[in-house]
Amino acid sequence: MPDNQSHILDQNAGFGETEPPIKVAARDVCVAYDGKQALNHVSIDIPDRSVTAFIGPSGCGKSTFLRCLNRMNDTIEGARVTGSLKIDGAEVNDKSIDPVVLRASVGMVFQKPNPFPKSIYDNVAYGPRIHGLALSRNDLDGIVESSLKKAGLWEEVADRLNDPGTSLSGGQQQRLVIARAIAINPEVILMDEPCSALDPIATAKIEELIDELRENYCIIIVTHSMQQAARVSQRTAFFHMGTLVEFGRTEDIFTNPRDPRTQDYITGRFG
Amino acid sequence: MTDTSDTTSIRDAVSRQLPRRYRAELRFRAAGLAAVASAVGILVILLISILSQGLPAFTVNQLVLPVHLDRSVVDPEGDASEASLRRGAYSRVLQDAIRAEFPEVTARRDLRNLFGLYTPLNATRLMDDVLADPSLVGETYTFRMPIADELDLYLKGRLVEDRTLATSGLLTISADGDALALNSSAPDFASLVEDAMATMRAEATALDARAERARNLAAELEGSDAEDALYEAERLSAQAQALREELAENDGRIELNRDLPTILVELSGVAVRLTALDANGRSASGEAMLGDAADISGAADWTLYVIDTPESRRRVSDQAIVWTRALEARGLVRTDFNTYLFSNADSREPELAGVKGALFGSILTMLIVICLSVPVGVFTAIYLEEYAPKNRLTDLIEVNINNLAAVPSIVFGLLGLAVFINAFGLPRSAPLVGGLVLSLMTLPTVIIASRAALKAVPQSIRQAALAVGASKTQSVFHHVLPLAAPGILTGSIIGLAQALGETAPLLMIGMVAFIADAPTLGLEGLTQPATVMPVQVFLWSDGAERAFEARTAAAILVLLALMIGFNALAIYLRRRFERRW
Amino acid sequence: MALSKTAHIVTAYGEELDQLADELARMGGMVETQLETALAAIVRRDASLVAGVREREKQVNAMQDDVEKRVLRLFALRQPLATDLRMTISALKIASDLERVGDLAKNIAYRAEDLAEYAPLSLLDQVERLGAIVVKQLHEVLDALSSADVEPAIRVWRTDDEVDERYNALVRQMLMSMTEDPGQVEPGVHILFVAKNLERIGDHATNVAEAVHFMVTAGPLEADDAKS
Repeated sequence: MPDNQSHILDQNAGFGETEPPIKVAARDVCVAYDGKQALNHVSIDIPDRSVTAFIGPSGCGKSTFLRCLNRMNDTIEGARVTGSLKIDGAEVNDKSIDPVVLRASVGMVFQKPNPFPKSIYDNVAYGPRIHGLALSRNDLDGIVESSLKKAGLWEEVADRLNDPGTSLSGGQQQRLVIARAIAINPEVILMDEPCSALDPIATAKIEELIDELRENYCIIIVTHSMQQAARVSQRTAFFHMGTLVEFGRTEDIFTNPRDPRTQDYITGRFG
Repeated sequence: MTDTSDTTSIRDAVSRQLPRRYRAELRFRAAGLAAVASAVGILVILLISILSQGLPAFTVNQLVLPVHLDRSVVDPEGDASEASLRRGAYSRVLQDAIRAEFPEVTARRDLRNLFGLYTPLNATRLMDDVLADPSLVGETYTFRMPIADELDLYLKGRLVEDRTLATSGLLTISADGDALALNSSAPDFASLVEDAMATMRAEATALDARAERARNLAAELEGSDAEDALYEAERLSAQAQALREELAENDGRIELNRDLPTILVELSGVAVRLTALDANGRSASGEAMLGDAADISGAADWTLYVIDTPESRRRVSDQAIVWTRALEARGLVRTDFNTYLFSNADSREPELAGVKGALFGSILTMLIVICLSVPVGVFTAIYLEEYAPKNRLTDLIEVNINNLAAVPSIVFGLLGLAVFINAFGLPRSAPLVGGLVLSLMTLPTVIIASRAALKAVPQSIRQAALAVGASKTQSVFHHVLPLAAPGILTGSIIGLAQALGETAPLLMIGMVAFIADAPTLGLEGLTQPATVMPVQVFLWSDGAERAFEARTAAAILVLLALMIGFNALAIYLRRRFERRW
Repeated sequence: MALSKTAHIVTAYGEELDQLADELARMGGMVETQLETALAAIVRRDASLVAGVREREKQVNAMQDDVEKRVLRLFALRQPLATDLRMTISALKIASDLERVGDLAKNIAYRAEDLAEYAPLSLLDQVERLGAIVVKQLHEVLDALSSADVEPAIRVWRTDDEVDERYNALVRQMLMSMTEDPGQVEPGVHILFVAKNLERIGDHATNVAEAVHFMVTAGPLEADDAKS
């Protein structure tokens, strides 16, 4: 590219360098709860080391799809999942894959912060403990410290690691939950409306955290706030009534969506 | 404009209603307060009544006698071996000891009464003491034994009505044939004379009334019944008539008998029971009960001791009372804390009866219940709540468990009898079987409480655990169970407290017998015959001796203490679990 | 300019967008009138029309201020996205262009006052023709704006070449005329300025056409033109 034009935004490469590889590949994924169809033939390729946002009205299936990725749908009675869902080429719904192993590599952050009713230290240390990731107490301390640092919480809690996790504020609890999720070094982090219960400042801190985390993890975030999806993600998928309507770069979706349903939803014309 | 009128109208509407609403609230609060107050009041009354009844059982009056352990008596073989010591005649040792106090008692019948001051079972206690310390053989040993239960009650003032009268005159006693003649320089006997006459008059009136009632009854009855009633009426009338003649007989003497209050004249070491009073109130006749009363003149420090309950209406003879008072005066009676209550198992003699057997039995039974019902119940609840598929079968199981909680406890006793004792051949009356039966009874309570506690744990905790890669079992045991622990503990303690107080099922499996030895507090004790605290209370409440009344209340207090201890433990455990969050 | 068939759930939002569009349309209409009046003043050598143009100029400026305020408000309070976003951004650009057109029309009108003192020039009919084309351009592009139609916008964009050609021809002729007859210089200069202004107005109309194209398709107009 000529020097005097290097500042012009390259429309084709959204990431500055080469496109990152595909982390999650879904083909014709269908989910039904007790016979009622919740997801209809969803096919999507989600890239690694970036943030993908799922938007759509309530009941459109975005959270359902999220739960397919770490097989949390298994815990729901009457849920049937069909289709191919691969993470790094490995089929997630294969009988030979233990959901426990899968969930250790696919972390999840929920809408309402749900730290364990244990100490802050034990919250973060629980995952590494049960998966045997730490060989000694020192190792464990190190894991806890680095996870809390990565989650931007270390400064605030370093002197009170034995306080209960529930004594923190909402925003801090959510960051604790994120620290807990990344303590076991997952490959994919799923976030289901992580900021909907938080105030704007806590939300901003979480968004900053997501920005930092995306350099190392594949993050998929379900959100009701289009502004948040716009701020935080590189790719956005719009779901409507169980179908994936449109999927593309965030800036395209929000300035020039192609499907009229996406258009109507984004501009607030849904009726 | 419509807005303001709407708002004022709502304010008006509410203001109009408000006094009524507040009044209703006040009524409700008052009702609640009244309920609490009456509940507390009833509780306080209950506690006070039990305490007042039971406190006497915590003290015991003991005879402190020096006993001489004559080698020839205690160690017949002469080799001080255990076998020999066991064959010693310890009852003779005790008898010699008490006879030493009252050497004037020689007649066989009198001696038998003397030996009635304590229970012969104490001989076994003496033997145990000697076996524990054989060096005592040949020595004089101070032996404490509880006084007979009736006398113990007497010493606590709960057996008879009595009073002591001071005297002002000087007393002279002289022999008058077989009897004794007593004379006082002051009319000390005067009030007694009046009392005796008043008693006789009242007695006569009462007899007449009874005769009248019998005659009325005769008028309603027919045939031989009527004849019997008439006969009774005649007899009573005759008695009344005799009394009145006695009174009228104004020969200046009133004969005292067993139906009238006992009057004793007491000096140092001497006791005389009056047999007749002179109308002048200065002289009386009597018989010696203790000590040499024949030649006493001019004694100043003498008292009149009156037992208002006549000898015919009590089970303790005057002689026994005199001996007891003498022993007390000699300092040979001590009031101690009743350790027998806790160190002895049940006994036919109230003074030696204790709750140790029942306590150990209860503890052993409770241990079985805790070890069985809590783990089985909690794990059942965990399975039903977390793992079982939600289908008709699990619904059926849940309904049945809920119903089992309402089954009358005696049904479990029948089950225990049929299955554990008859089919499995386990020993009767054993804490093992009792524990098994009570566990069955407690299981539904524990399961229901545990399920409720598990259900109360929010789903978000389980999901958080699963999302971090915990297996289902890990999420249940690392996260759900600790959170549900306070509720589970409460439910378990409630179930256990219920089981502690159950009697009906244990009756069916035989834990209601009289067990004289406490079971050992160990594994062997599980198969030894035993009883439990509530059953002990039940047995004692049935006991004939009056002394058992106080002991029943005392056993109830011990049981209550046990329950409070349980609850305190539960509260402590709850606090410890809750503090962790 | 309805870009979508469905209404906003929040009606106030939709109304604000509609009011912005109305304001823009009114501004366009007023600017059109300015241009036509200014041209009439030149062609008919009627100085009395200038006063009206001067008056309306103030309104045009006020409207541009108003449009800017509305756009700012919409961004801050509504965070428009997709079509609404493009429409709002375009409104800002279009208002700016229209305000410049208004200014240029005003300048043309002022020249009319000066030209009225001189005898009519032969080239005046060329000016008239150039003016007519530009007026048509402006009219068409404003129609395209209100109907959200890219076809007329593309046509307007293409007309720019013709405008440039006519303008250049007029300049050459005027220069010749001025060198032949020095008496023609004074009026000639005014004519030149008027022609220049007309050419600039044509450029602005082209800008508006580009903005309309972007608003509807989100892409640059040149790409579309290159395809066909």
